[in-house]
Amino acid sequence: MPHITIDDTDYDVTTGRNLLQACLSLGLNLPYFCWHPAMGSVGACRQCAVKQFHDKDDRHGRIVMACMVEATDGTRISIDDPEAVKFRASVVEWLMTNHPHDCPVCEEGGECHLQDMTVMTGHAYRRYRFKKRTFRNQNLGPFITHEMNRCIACYRCVRFYREYAGGRDFDVFAAHNHVYFGRHEDGVLESEFSGNLAEVCPTGVFDDKPFAKVYERKWDLRGTPSVCVHCALGCNITPNERYDTARRILNRYNSEVNGYFLCDRGRFGFDFVNSQMRLRQLLLRKDDDGEPKPATKAEVLRHLTGLLSSHKTIGIGSPRASLEANFALRELVGAERFHLGLSASEQELLALIIDILQRGPARAASLKDAERADAVLILGEDVPDTAPRLALSLRQAIRQKSLETADRMKIPRWQDAAVRNAAQQERSPLFIATPDATRLDDVATSTFRGAPTDLARLGFAVAHEIDAASPTVLDLADDIRMLARKIAEALKNAKRPLVVTGTGCTSAAMIHAAANIAWALCRGGRQGALSFAVPECNSLGLGLIGGGTLQGAFEAVERGEVDTVVVLENDLYRRAERGAVDGCLDRARHVVVIDHLMHGTARKAEIVLPAGAFTETEGTLVSNEGRAQRFFQLLVPEEDIQGSWRWLRDLLHGSGRNSGWARLDDVTAACANALPTLASIPQAAPGADFRVNGAKIRRETHRSSGRTAIHAAASVHEPKPPEDPDSPLSYTMEGYFGPMPSPLIPYFWAPSWNSVRAVNKFQDEVGGQLRGGDPGVRLIEPTFEAVPHYFEGVPEAFAQRAGEWLIVPLHEIFGSEELSRLAPAVGERVPQSYLALNSDDAVSLHIAEGAMVTVSLAGEVSHLPVKLRPDLPPGVAGMVAGLCGSTGIFLPAWGQLTTGSGAVGDEVGHHE
Amino acid sequence: MTGGKDERPLTQNIRPGEEPLDIEAYLRAGGYAALRKSLRGMTPEEVIHEVTASNLRGRGGAGFPTGKKWSLQPADDDARAHKYLVVNADEMEPGTFKDRLLMEGDPHQLVEGTIVSAFAIQARVAYIFLRAEYTLASRRLQRAIDEARAKGYLGKNILGSGFDLELHLHRSAGRYICGDETAMLTALEGNRAIPRAKPPYPQISGLWGKPTVVNNVETLANVPHIVDRGAEWFRGLAHGEDGGTKIYGASGRVKHPGAWELPMGTTIREILEEHAGGMRDGYGFRALLPGGASTQFLVEKDFDIAMDFTSVEKAGSRLGTGMMIIVDDRTCPVGLLHNLQHFFAQESCGWCTPCRDGLPWVERLLAAIDAGQGEMRDLEILEMHTDFLGPGKTFCALAPGAMEPLESGLKCFREDFERHIHLKRCPWR
Repeated sequence: MPHITIDDTDYDVTTGRNLLQACLSLGLNLPYFCWHPAMGSVGACRQCAVKQFHDKDDRHGRIVMACMVEATDGTRISIDDPEAVKFRASVVEWLMTNHPHDCPVCEEGGECHLQDMTVMTGHAYRRYRFKKRTFRNQNLGPFITHEMNRCIACYRCVRFYREYAGGRDFDVFAAHNHVYFGRHEDGVLESEFSGNLAEVCPTGVFDDKPFAKVYERKWDLRGTPSVCVHCALGCNITPNERYDTARRILNRYNSEVNGYFLCDRGRFGFDFVNSQMRLRQLLLRKDDDGEPKPATKAEVLRHLTGLLSSHKTIGIGSPRASLEANFALRELVGAERFHLGLSASEQELLALIIDILQRGPARAASLKDAERADAVLILGEDVPDTAPRLALSLRQAIRQKSLETADRMKIPRWQDAAVRNAAQQERSPLFIATPDATRLDDVATSTFRGAPTDLARLGFAVAHEIDAASPTVLDLADDIRMLARKIAEALKNAKRPLVVTGTGCTSAAMIHAAANIAWALCRGGRQGALSFAVPECNSLGLGLIGGGTLQGAFEAVERGEVDTVVVLENDLYRRAERGAVDGCLDRARHVVVIDHLMHGTARKAEIVLPAGAFTETEGTLVSNEGRAQRFFQLLVPEEDIQGSWRWLRDLLHGSGRNSGWARLDDVTAACANALPTLASIPQAAPGADFRVNGAKIRRETHRSSGRTAIHAAASVHEPKPPEDPDSPLSYTMEGYFGPMPSPLIPYFWAPSWNSVRAVNKFQDEVGGQLRGGDPGVRLIEPTFEAVPHYFEGVPEAFAQRAGEWLIVPLHEIFGSEELSRLAPAVGERVPQSYLALNSDDAVSLHIAEGAMVTVSLAGEVSHLPVKLRPDLPPGVAGMVAGLCGSTGIFLPAWGQLTTGSGAVGDEVGHHE
Repeated sequence: MTGGKDERPLTQNIRPGEEPLDIEAYLRAGGYAALRKSLRGMTPEEVIHEVTASNLRGRGGAGFPTGKKWSLQPADDDARAHKYLVVNADEMEPGTFKDRLLMEGDPHQLVEGTIVSAFAIQARVAYIFLRAEYTLASRRLQRAIDEARAKGYLGKNILGSGFDLELHLHRSAGRYICGDETAMLTALEGNRAIPRAKPPYPQISGLWGKPTVVNNVETLANVPHIVDRGAEWFRGLAHGEDGGTKIYGASGRVKHPGAWELPMGTTIREILEEHAGGMRDGYGFRALLPGGASTQFLVEKDFDIAMDFTSVEKAGSRLGTGMMIIVDDRTCPVGLLHNLQHFFAQESCGWCTPCRDGLPWVERLLAAIDAGQGEMRDLEILEMHTDFLGPGKTFCALAPGAMEPLESGLKCFREDFERHIHLKRCPWR
């Protein structure tokens, strides 16, 4: 451990760090701009200048950039040296020559790294008396604002967008003090990670556009620790509130999961909580044909009491509801009458995935594991669209080889530009086998396109190449066998090989094949890891609870064994064929829907109980990694809204049973007691009784303003602050803020660090884990010594059919997910539903791009415009899962295509 | 054999106003002898040894010993297998036109020097990175390269030696920053011309991340002569320690502006008075920049300084390119400095803060003073810049170079600055 001296004080620092990292990790305030813990050093801004001394007797020293000098044993530096202090102030003075000083009208004001650094360096008095340069700004689409005059040219945006996230439509243009960061022309930023620019930018050049429309200062925003609900990765987020509405999402650092970055679906999708589709009132339909009408809670509970006490109630759970809500429903109806609310295929795949993770030797990879993988095979999954943040991690994984090259050349890994230059195009192996092109293909070693069964066969073949004991694939074409051999070699030669697959193709064989590969690697003594992309934020959690199938529920209703169906946070029309859902909801005498959104299922309900969205309730979600994470309430909902688990508790009580559940902890504990696989979920976060110095942790900042004025329009008397019985967090500015357990951090702030960079002060060392460990508990750890049997059942090769196409599910980051598309900004990015068709097939059918085709699929007929996809295999077509026109259709399935129909615009097959 | 002080190896074939020698004429003049000698009879180590012994120092301006630069070899074999030689022909230093003279006047000399040097460092690919505006040099070099290839001096197995070399002529898109070797490499890779942090040095991780040696045109033009006639001869050409001859030049209001090949270490007085013919009638001498715009001013008392790397540095300036800019007494020094700083501010690549935002401030202050709108505290701000845009504080040498004339100019011309400020106008206008 190197021993260094800073301003005559001795410190031990971590080996291999630069001086800036070392200083920040020691808690010292050294200003910087261009350095980023996830992106390393480039030495551009010259802000982190310190004085370095040759030895004890050197009184003169020389100015060096802390971010570019390694902290080696015996290094002597001074931060407080007068010349260094003066130079750092000069850097800000230079930056300020062109900065517009428009802080009062800038969204960044109050959480601006440039403001913080300006204050930190002490530059206050303006000596530059000439004109500033000005720029024309661009419209960058619905997510990000652009105000180039504020730019201080730290180059972080372009380094993030191009080098870190792989975007191509953003760059730095021109030179000297006219450098311009933007697109070559106005237009929507294509990268699905563009939202991070708002946090990467140290000032107000790039900001959150939807937030700008409902803007509040950071110090007025209430925050809470939360978890993203727009896919299964469990990225940690901080939603912000003001005037009882959710305003925006910020990244909440978790070194094991999302690190510093989110995807745009996660950042901008939250706005569904403010959507017109929200259910806010109790609705009761008193007679069969009448419209549901607002009712009181007492009225509804009275109505329900009779219904629920019978044993003729079944519950249908949800992969987008918390463990606690699902468990509460299971308690209400009984385990044997609890159904998971998943499509048949999804339920089967989830069970399979859980079995593989529980029984096998391969570890479920965290996003950090994925980032460190040195050989990756993606089997069947369109990762950028189904698990976007994972794609960003895999983009870093391909750099493992270049990091090794840098080590060999003795270039420190943090010296980013030098590492990239030394490595050039050198990449760790990444193989992508999917039905269609993906947005990771640009960095793949090689790609393979095939129908799902052919992808699975490739996977089986790879496993067989690694371990001959795994099943053989017969009749495999030579080129595919060669590819399998190449992939197998790459995985075998890796130290941390990773296989990524998921439910995206709806193929059990694919998952079998992926497991075989990882297990074969483990049998060979390698640390094979698996990453399964599953659809929703609590898919894995729901699978771990377990329960009956949706089909089982429908059959029970069909058989007349059921009076009442309680549907929890679920639109069944997304889960099963329309006819089956209609049959169930029509036949059941009473349908109770607990949800936060109006949808087809809720429209059919007799009783609708308005549930809290993720901002209005709390609970535990299990990510695809098997990580249980707690999300906390941001605001107290208005009208009749309350958390689903509270509705279910009320129903339990209404049916004469006393659950004894006063607060969330009670439900969490009951769930942990009842289900051994979930035994550790209470440890995901401290319980409601947790206090620091007798105080709760405050969700509002100490500078929060307008408290007595906000409600003054209604009453000049200050209302009693709302209480939160479910968490150790207070809703107001009263309470504690300081070192705290990581799952409870409601916002990152530290003295002198008002921007998101305050996270530095919450980490063990900058860029490392949060102090005391990152949030979440892993529920599933592999049995390393396990030697499970390989999965058999290698599928037959795909065979084209005359006049029919195998229609596979495709995914769109904006559109396929149910909730985020209701956010207006995301809505702007949702494409029209389409049928994707191989270009050659289209030629033979005489179909041009954009032409309408009629798709007949399992009795459903849809009219869709054609998109030509040269990568799709012949005989395979694709429809976008979850998009209007394809819900309730279960893929892959064989369908017929016809052209020339006059039925363009016909709504048949459109369910929404 | 020791070289005589009247030998002019670099310019011996150059006939001003005439087409350069084609390959046949060059061969007749004794050209490509060094190529044959080295590739057929010497090991690469022997070539490096000879160049090291010659005391040849880099003619781009920094004066780094060429042999030493070539000796820095990467440890790993794989890296050795892919090496590059890049010829820095991006001559954009204001007042400097020596490389142009060599490339336009005797292109085969550079081609031969490049091949022999590539052989010495065992580079199999070499690039000449040529200043965008040098269109005549471009045509002549390309013809020389084509002729050399046709003769078998480029390509596979040159002269049966087993040594292969591809030589590419790359025309710059035109930025002063490309004169910085690392920015040049970045530009050559097709990226924005932004310098790189050192370490890693180009010898370890240069072009395409591979070991790369970057040498100036004039440096490489010396190499055939060193190989052909020996280190001792080469050292004998010079007046002082640094070996060889040097192309010196003078621009400004002298009687005969131009460039001359003279022994390394010729005094300023000799260059100025004997070769440039002294000041034009009606103009007095004020000061000079000894080696391009990014060097410190020297004045009349410095006339007897020998123009070699060590002596000029002792006098508080740098030899730089050895191409002097003469300032006369009828030119406003503030206006001149403003003009120089305008150039440097414009040519900043925009990467590091002090250079990108400091130089435009300097430029505007000088413009304001020149326009009679200066304030006394402006001089303090200018002085602050000469310190804070110094070496190590900025990312590369561009801004420190820009500060050299300013720092010395503020001293040499202090009175002129103050007169501008007090009179609120330029006394020259």
